[in-house]
Amino acid sequence: MRVSLGWLARHEFRLTWRDWQSMITAGNKRDLGTALTVLLVVGLALHLPAYALLGKLGGVPVAPDVSTYIAISLIACLYTSLLLSQAMESVTRTLYSRGDLDLVMSSPVSALRLFSVRILANAVLIALLGMMFAAPLVDVLTLTGGVRWLAGYAVAAAVGLAASALAVAITIGLFRLLGPRRTRIVAQIVAALIGAAFAIGIQVIAILYYGTLGRSSFVIPPDLAARAPGPDSAVWLPARAVMGDPLALAIVIAAAAAIVIVVMLVFAPRLGEHSLAATDLPPASRHHHRRAFAPGSVAAALRHKEWRLLRRDPWLVSQTLTQLLYLIPAALLLMRNLGQTTGVLVVLVMVLVTVGAQLGGALAWLAVSGEDAPELIATAPVASRAVTRAKVEAVIAAVATVLGPLVIGLAFLSPLHAIAAALGLLCGAVSTIQIQLWFRAQAKRSHFRRRHTSSRIATFGEALVSFSWASAAGLAAAGTWFAAVSVATALIILIAVRAVSPRKAALV
Amino acid sequence: MDSPPALAVRGLSKAFDRPAVDRLDLTIRAGEFYALLGPNGAGKTTTLRMVVGLLKPDAGTISVGGVDALADPIDAKRQMAWVSDEPMIYDKLTPLEYLEFVAGLWNVEATKAERTANELIDWLGLRPHVDERCEGFSRGMRQKVALAGALVHDPKLIILDEPLTGLDAGTARQVKDLLHARVQAGGTVIMTTHILEVAERMAERIGVLSSGHLIAEGTLAELRLRAGRGGSLEDVFLTLVADNSTAAA
Repeated sequence: MRVSLGWLARHEFRLTWRDWQSMITAGNKRDLGTALTVLLVVGLALHLPAYALLGKLGGVPVAPDVSTYIAISLIACLYTSLLLSQAMESVTRTLYSRGDLDLVMSSPVSALRLFSVRILANAVLIALLGMMFAAPLVDVLTLTGGVRWLAGYAVAAAVGLAASALAVAITIGLFRLLGPRRTRIVAQIVAALIGAAFAIGIQVIAILYYGTLGRSSFVIPPDLAARAPGPDSAVWLPARAVMGDPLALAIVIAAAAAIVIVVMLVFAPRLGEHSLAATDLPPASRHHHRRAFAPGSVAAALRHKEWRLLRRDPWLVSQTLTQLLYLIPAALLLMRNLGQTTGVLVVLVMVLVTVGAQLGGALAWLAVSGEDAPELIATAPVASRAVTRAKVEAVIAAVATVLGPLVIGLAFLSPLHAIAAALGLLCGAVSTIQIQLWFRAQAKRSHFRRRHTSSRIATFGEALVSFSWASAAGLAAAGTWFAAVSVATALIILIAVRAVSPRKAALV
Repeated sequence: MDSPPALAVRGLSKAFDRPAVDRLDLTIRAGEFYALLGPNGAGKTTTLRMVVGLLKPDAGTISVGGVDALADPIDAKRQMAWVSDEPMIYDKLTPLEYLEFVAGLWNVEATKAERTANELIDWLGLRPHVDERCEGFSRGMRQKVALAGALVHDPKLIILDEPLTGLDAGTARQVKDLLHARVQAGGTVIMTTHILEVAERMAERIGVLSSGHLIAEGTLAELRLRAGRGGSLEDVFLTLVADNSTAAA
């Protein structure tokens, strides 16, 4: 009996759904209802900023001016970058996990058939993700401009399909160009940077146009609009499709389907071989600079282990440092609003504290929850408090290594600002580390990107406390006693988070 | 004066949704190779995890080399090493770096630790891979690194939970030789295993757990007497467990 595509697809979709379900619930099936409710609430809440951003665009006619096409294309590009990032991350994960590879590769089903379905399942998932991300914007446009804007969902799905197929092509291309070991890191860094570019881009646009964005003020520089292709150009097909032009919509969907089919035909037959090559990597690079065992305390052994593991995982380092990129828009916003009144240095202090606190939380997750040998540590003759203290010291030292030079540089400009930054950094980092200690839950280091799903309270707590300490440090640097209010806010947040935490362990 | 037993457990109990270990008494002499056997879910791993401090008992006492492990866990842990069926190592460290870290945790003097680590690396045949990170290692090699980690601080008592699972014959032989040498040198080894031939050949005494109770204990000859039959340890073990199940029913 020949295995049908439908049967294979059903199997793939079941696996894909369960993987996604596990991701949003952090592996706890009973949390699915809660997770979906949170998603729904967040999705509904996102309609408000979407209305503020695009509420007045709904009434734009089907054949508007080039400036509107540029604006819509820009947003579409940003969405594409986000979906491409997600797709690359997903493809890399699939490529480098053995999973059921031995089973399916040893079965009498053709590789083309097997991996075409796998590529398609991934593409459908990314397409659904695209529709989900687009929902607030499309809904707002539909409510204010009519049902023609519902075409936005179809375009989002088409973009998702195409992005997923392109991700396969890019990743396999990198694989052939760089080899399996380098591709893993490079592809994930590229995916993270593409994703960051989306987040940064969309926020920069929001900052630049916030409050004035609308049909009349969707200001595209006149010279750019003048140099852009005319309104009938094929370049604007996706924009026209979003606006409900049936022909443009049909062309966009057909193009996306064509990309998916070509990628399936070209890459599916050898995807399994590539995946096997990726998961059968020989031992990693050798280290010829062996040194003698270093004498030292138990705490020193723990600290050195943490630093060594961090240094040796470029993917984790890139994931952690990518967070810094997300603060660029915040700096831009702060500079626009505060820079002229309280000085750029205050803005810098706030950004440093926010980054330090976020970095502290991320590294603490790796050191505490991402411990690879928890039983070894637990059976060692070391008090758990001593272990925790050493790990916290390792994290604080790592944060200081990354941000210390900036604080020192700041001290040359203004010692007062540098002191405020240093104190804020310390308080912010210690607070987020403490939250990680309260919410620690054993996980694999490779699940670093999923850490936020294990506790939403911890995630929100970390964000709020980071901003509170940043605000306190900024206000202190500006010389106002209102800093005390922010300090009190940070402490109240910490107390509240501790009250609901599963583990009320003391820091030291 | 007699030296204290390597391990003495009295009235040890632990329940999850049902009792896993129920008022267990166990004494293992210093310098003994002891095999703890039992069907799946008998409470072997739970018992050992309580002994090494990974689980808190609901009731009972644990004494390791005369040290109360519940009152003074750090001192008790200093004398022990734990090797689980899943090797606990760091993928991004080389075997020597891992051993350096473990020695650091047990506060072993650096020069001595390095000498011991190199001896273990050679003994376990890890020298060709000594500069490679553990991420590319096979299960057998990972288990060897974990075992070296357990020995680098020269523990008096080594506790192993299914250490031979998934190992090839050559690696299993190396592990068995190493454990045998430790006992010859005066160390104590407690091991759980489902490979009864290993227990039959290596263990001086064997304990059989079933439903959280120690249903039989002794040398193979004593167990045969208890079971009322001759034959291999497998025959004796199956008879003892079946008798216990029948009695419980």
